[in-house]
Amino acid sequence: MLQGAEQPRAPVSWIGCSSEGLMDNIITNAGAWLLLAILALFGAALAADAGFAVHMGIMAIAALAASFLTMAKGDFNALPGRFAGPSALRSRYYDDVIRWGVIATVFWGVVGFLVGVVIALQLPFPALNLNNEFTTFGRLRPLHTSAVIFAFGGNALLATSFYVVQRTCRARLFAPKLANFVFWGYQLFIVLAATGYILGITEGKEYAEPEWYVDLWLTIVWVCYLAVFVGTIVKRSEPHIYVANWFYLSFIITIAMLHIVNNLSMPVSLLGSKSYAAFAGVQDALTQWWYGHNAVGFFLTAGFLGMMYYFVPKQAERPVYSYRLSIIHFWSLIFLYIWAGPHHLHYTALPDWAQTLGMVFSVMLWMPSWGGMINGLMTLNGAWDKIRTDPIIRMMVFALAFYGMATFEGPMMSIKSVNSLSHYTEWTIGHVHSGALGWNGMITFSAIYYMAPRLWGRERLYSLRMVNWHFWLATLGIVLYASSMWVAGITQGLMWREYGEDGYLVYAFAEVVSAVKPYYVIRMVGGLFYLTGSLVMAWNIYKTIKGDLRQEAPMTDAAFDPEADRPVVRAPAAGTPQPAPAE
Amino acid sequence: MNYSALRHFADSYGLVFMSVVFLVLVGWTFRRNAGKHHDQAAHSIFEEEDRSDG
Amino acid sequence: MASKFLDHKKIERNVTILGVLAFLAVIVGGIVEIAPLFWIDSTVEKVEGVRPYTPLELAGRNIYIREGCYNCHSQQIRPFRDEVERYGHYSLAAESMYDHPFQWGSKRTGPDLARVGGRYSDEWHVQHLKDPRSVVPESIMPPYAFMAERDLDAGDMAKHLTAMRRVGVPYTDEDIQKAQQDLQQQALADGDAADLARRYPKAQARDFDGDPNRLTEMDALVAYLQMLGTTVDLRSAEAQEQPR
Repeated sequence: MLQGAEQPRAPVSWIGCSSEGLMDNIITNAGAWLLLAILALFGAALAADAGFAVHMGIMAIAALAASFLTMAKGDFNALPGRFAGPSALRSRYYDDVIRWGVIATVFWGVVGFLVGVVIALQLPFPALNLNNEFTTFGRLRPLHTSAVIFAFGGNALLATSFYVVQRTCRARLFAPKLANFVFWGYQLFIVLAATGYILGITEGKEYAEPEWYVDLWLTIVWVCYLAVFVGTIVKRSEPHIYVANWFYLSFIITIAMLHIVNNLSMPVSLLGSKSYAAFAGVQDALTQWWYGHNAVGFFLTAGFLGMMYYFVPKQAERPVYSYRLSIIHFWSLIFLYIWAGPHHLHYTALPDWAQTLGMVFSVMLWMPSWGGMINGLMTLNGAWDKIRTDPIIRMMVFALAFYGMATFEGPMMSIKSVNSLSHYTEWTIGHVHSGALGWNGMITFSAIYYMAPRLWGRERLYSLRMVNWHFWLATLGIVLYASSMWVAGITQGLMWREYGEDGYLVYAFAEVVSAVKPYYVIRMVGGLFYLTGSLVMAWNIYKTIKGDLRQEAPMTDAAFDPEADRPVVRAPAAGTPQPAPAE
Repeated sequence: MNYSALRHFADSYGLVFMSVVFLVLVGWTFRRNAGKHHDQAAHSIFEEEDRSDG
Repeated sequence: MASKFLDHKKIERNVTILGVLAFLAVIVGGIVEIAPLFWIDSTVEKVEGVRPYTPLELAGRNIYIREGCYNCHSQQIRPFRDEVERYGHYSLAAESMYDHPFQWGSKRTGPDLARVGGRYSDEWHVQHLKDPRSVVPESIMPPYAFMAERDLDAGDMAKHLTAMRRVGVPYTDEDIQKAQQDLQQQALADGDAADLARRYPKAQARDFDGDPNRLTEMDALVAYLQMLGTTVDLRSAEAQEQPR
């Protein structure tokens, strides 16, 4: 890997100049990794339960690999960069970790969508639970949610935040080796979480299922992430901190807070996987949904808005519509989002005042959300034709449109009377997916399509037409998904509360289950379309990395043939007498 | 402290305080010279990436 | 000068100030909403009958969590006519006061289970868990036949109770000391049932899985399901309910 030119001198900071080298040394200390591997092996040997032993085994293997790779000659982290063209290697930014991040995002995206399709199939066809404890819906559903949110979304956030912070700060990444540790440590977290669900290791709190020791590991990784991100901002050579970085920064800080508080728990044994949550009942419920809603608010919204504020202006080649609006957007969004959690607990045993607060703030949240959407969409003001000519811009616009729809639907569903119908039904699932597939998925895909040619020094993507295919496959998938779940959810809500003339409930629960089965099938087909689109993307990115350019007709221009650019006159065939004109 | 005292605070001083903070924040972005500064910031991502390479 | 102090440029140019202000902005909502739940007494109104789980019920609950039952089943009945008629009295805060973690759920792919205890026989539960469609043809629940085959291996229940006590569940020293014995006795009914009932009122001690010679995971899970919603004395709660 070529080193960048002389580093611009970092301003003196509270981190101190020498800390960068110190942190990097610790990370690259093969002995420290070996020690960790031995500790993990002891943990595996003395484990109180089989799941913990498996996890300590994985830990030991990972630590051994880290120890070995630290001593090895080649730079493992530079591997994807070997394929990069010369222009990418001249970059003075540290892009190795980002290249890995792009690959990981695509990989985990495909895995997460695939598991989603599998569990979508299990609902209408329960035989696909395979009569086996490891493949039941109850264990695979957390695998799906974690794979798409934390593996796909998380890697997208890691990769784009490292990309954006360097370019907007015009500074090389602070402590690159620490950044590599963040990336690989995060992959280890994903593997531990995923294998844990299949083995039945879970805290039983949605989207916070990993057990206490995995949570501790993620905390370490996350603090290092914060250090790398803030360290890069501190050594920037651009006086202003660009707005995308504010969103990324608030996302990193808030997720740290949410993760630590919601996962406070008491292990049964320091050598076992089981723990009991620190809080119980009402308090645990609100802590959980304070976490759960803001995993949406900060992981899936603030972080992805950071992407939006960089990649949309860059792809459109126009500055963001209103920087003033982005400031108001930022502060009101982060302040309001935190309050919205109780809308997941309407009409439960949570005190009424907390439910009302949650509802009011959720409705207010509509405003900053749409402010952000407008800011993104209006960035295209004066260049709307790009929606037609540039499939990546089209993806971004679609992502913002779905962001707008989901952030309208969300406040509506948080109104108590609407929630009384929608809660516990598939409507919630449809709502989440219109946000996740439409907003998070599409903005991530477009960011990946933006970064890949630049990271690997290619003139363009392998194929823009395949981006177009991806766009339409994903769009069709989302439409099928959202509409089927919307109908299924309202069907459930209405059937559950249906009373007959005789004053009795009309439907048994099981009848409602069979009524929504057709919609489960439609949803699965939608998911299949979305998965297919992601496979098209994977192929496109693979070929882009490889350096191929697909020979294809340009996406957008109407074909121009100078020969044909004249009045319609039948051309005389050579050597034959001129026929009479056609008309 | 009990529920009604908290509720009273939230309905009066708390509400006023939060509204004022919001208005100050919005007003803030309209201060003089802010426009030029914002414009600069919005354009900063388009400046030559290798500008400070030296 | 105030205008100089309140200069957004400064915030935009100093990552420490930006980070601290962002942290302050995001911490307010949590403090205002969550913290009072811990010290406003009326959050969890006392009701009679709610008690900590017996070791067997707790082991069953851990299986319920392990299998991700909460992904499809709620344990929180809302105060609507249809829900109360379908599932029973709406849920009270006190009923989950010893639930670490809570299992209120967020989705009803299957029915609510907050008061499923006593609604079906043990045999029905065992059959339903082994092969759900043999008793409910429309069901889409995964089968859990392996639970009937597997001996319950929950580890040392005394350690589990100790961990629960550390987070605030009022297990006595005696409960902890007899945890392992209580576990055996509740499912195999081979000990002093009166002693168990004294410390855990309304505890149901019997063979749950139809195989009296073995203590299986099925025993524990069915014991948990059969106690859900059965311990609380709803008449004692009535006095606190205000009509609206």
